Amino acid sequence: MILEKNDWKSSISEIVKDLTPGAFLSILFLILVILVGLFAPWLAPFDQAEILTNESFEPPSDLLWLGSDFLGRDLLSRLINGVRVTLFLALLITFLSFIMGVGLGFLAAAFGGRIDSIISRVNDALLSFPALMLALIVINSLGSSFTVLVFTIAFIDMTRVFRVSRALAVNIMVMDYVEAAVVRGEGKTWIILQEVLPNSITPLAAEFGIRFTYAILFISALSFLGLGVQPPQSDLGVLVKENMQALLYGEYTNIYPALTIAAIAISMNVFVDWLLKRSSAKLSEEI
Amino acid sequence: MSVFAMIGRRLLIGLLTLLFVSVLVFAGTEILPGDVAYAVLGQAATPESLELVRNRLGLNEPVHVRYFVWLFNFVRGDFGASLATFGGSLAGQDIGTELLNRGWNTMLLAGSTALIAVPLSIFLGLTAAIKPGGLIDRILTSTSLALISFPDFLVAVLLVTVFAIKLRWLPAIASIRPSYDFFDWVRILVLPVAGLTFTILAHMLRMTRSAVIDVLSSPAIEMAILKGVPRRRLLIKHALPNAIGPIVNVIALNLAYLISGVVVIETMFNYNGLGRYMVEAVTNRDIPVVQACAMIFCSVYVIVNLISDVIAILSNPRVRYPK
Repeated sequence: MILEKNDWKSSISEIVKDLTPGAFLSILFLILVILVGLFAPWLAPFDQAEILTNESFEPPSDLLWLGSDFLGRDLLSRLINGVRVTLFLALLITFLSFIMGVGLGFLAAAFGGRIDSIISRVNDALLSFPALMLALIVINSLGSSFTVLVFTIAFIDMTRVFRVSRALAVNIMVMDYVEAAVVRGEGKTWIILQEVLPNSITPLAAEFGIRFTYAILFISALSFLGLGVQPPQSDLGVLVKENMQALLYGEYTNIYPALTIAAIAISMNVFVDWLLKRSSAKLSEEI
Repeated sequence: MSVFAMIGRRLLIGLLTLLFVSVLVFAGTEILPGDVAYAVLGQAATPESLELVRNRLGLNEPVHVRYFVWLFNFVRGDFGASLATFGGSLAGQDIGTELLNRGWNTMLLAGSTALIAVPLSIFLGLTAAIKPGGLIDRILTSTSLALISFPDFLVAVLLVTVFAIKLRWLPAIASIRPSYDFFDWVRILVLPVAGLTFTILAHMLRMTRSAVIDVLSSPAIEMAILKGVPRRRLLIKHALPNAIGPIVNVIALNLAYLISGVVVIETMFNYNGLGRYMVEAVTNRDIPVVQACAMIFCSVYVIVNLISDVIAILSNPRVRYPK
């Protein structure tokens, strides 16, 4: 390979060149959603807890753009706030699961032998549990709070992240450049940080997107069952659940939050799909 | 290793997994804070009444003794009594009869879904895989990418809005009456089954597609193409036998989605099945019911995975005819 000057301007223009229309729209939407989540308190037209009208499920109007919810609160403000809560929880969960999962996965791959087989067996056993069952058992015992939700789902996600990152690291550990590093006398920590991590960044980024989507869908499902985020706090799943009655009145109050969840998840999946295709295309060019 | 030794080994692992699952279910529900007696009595907890309930439920025994008693009773089919329905006499509703009744309903829901979703998704997955990158493939993969991003309840909510509220063709709630005949059952099951089918269809389609593409790009198939084997024969005689293992695996994996889907859909439609039973039990902290339901769901999952692995072993010619 010929060494070339690799400055960030050229790499950005290369990414832009590779963008498909779908990926472009997805990235745009995700940025928008993240901004909404960040600035929710300033964007929401009303206080999300304030009861503005006596009418439940009022149709959309000039004042209440998406109408009112079952208690006569502004749905738009609650939706904006729900996006913030859902994104915050999902991000926290995914970060936690990655710190634990990638750490353990790389550790298992780098040391191999007994450490690897013990961690892998325990992980396999945990994977034999349907994820929702594990969550329900913990929520049954500890009740449902932000802390319980975050740690439980992060733990469940960790078992999946572990598998992916271990598989990635095992493949990298047998590469010539790692062998060269071992011969040079580098320690395990150096190898993990300088060789394994940089070489698995793209697949890990894609996995991050997948886990993030999964976390959003998982919390929403739990909240929809009434076992996730508890009122007065509300995420998107709670909004769907508490406004179910709207359907009977012919209003779409709870369809907006449900579609918001789907839209975030779709954009993330399209983005990840594009990322994976692009990285494998780049890889095959290099080989 | 002979086929029998491999299957025997797999059965043993399955059994160990079931044991592990039982330990985790028991530990998760019993050892964590909040003694069962507190959960039963709630506001009425005085030292005396707590002691009474603890004695009655055998909570004063050491943990490992209680675990084995529980496991032994579970295997025998004795699930104990529900705590939420505990009256003053401490005689709650028998969980076993409830499980039987609701288990049947859930089987009906999940079974009809599987009957529709499995053949349909395998057919669509195969269709997409025959010409990867073709028009049909692109339509199917992008539609399924959107579908897997839907929360479990979204399709059901949309279906209810259209078919129950706007068109008024079908009921929005699937409550069961004893007087129901076959057609009533079909009427209430259509929407839940459709909602569930959509949630697992997309996953299964995508996995089937990639499994078949994997097989089709193997050297053996390439050889067959080069030899000039006709297309039909290629698919049926060469590709399909190799794809059975992965496809069965896909079906088994999707049972996990079906389990969580069943829980969500039953709750949404107020359908009297195991999933809703478990959600209600978790809401009420009805520990014996949670244990029983969790064990049933997890066992089904473990056993289906076991069966799929055994089929994969049996369908692999390299394993069936060792050198």
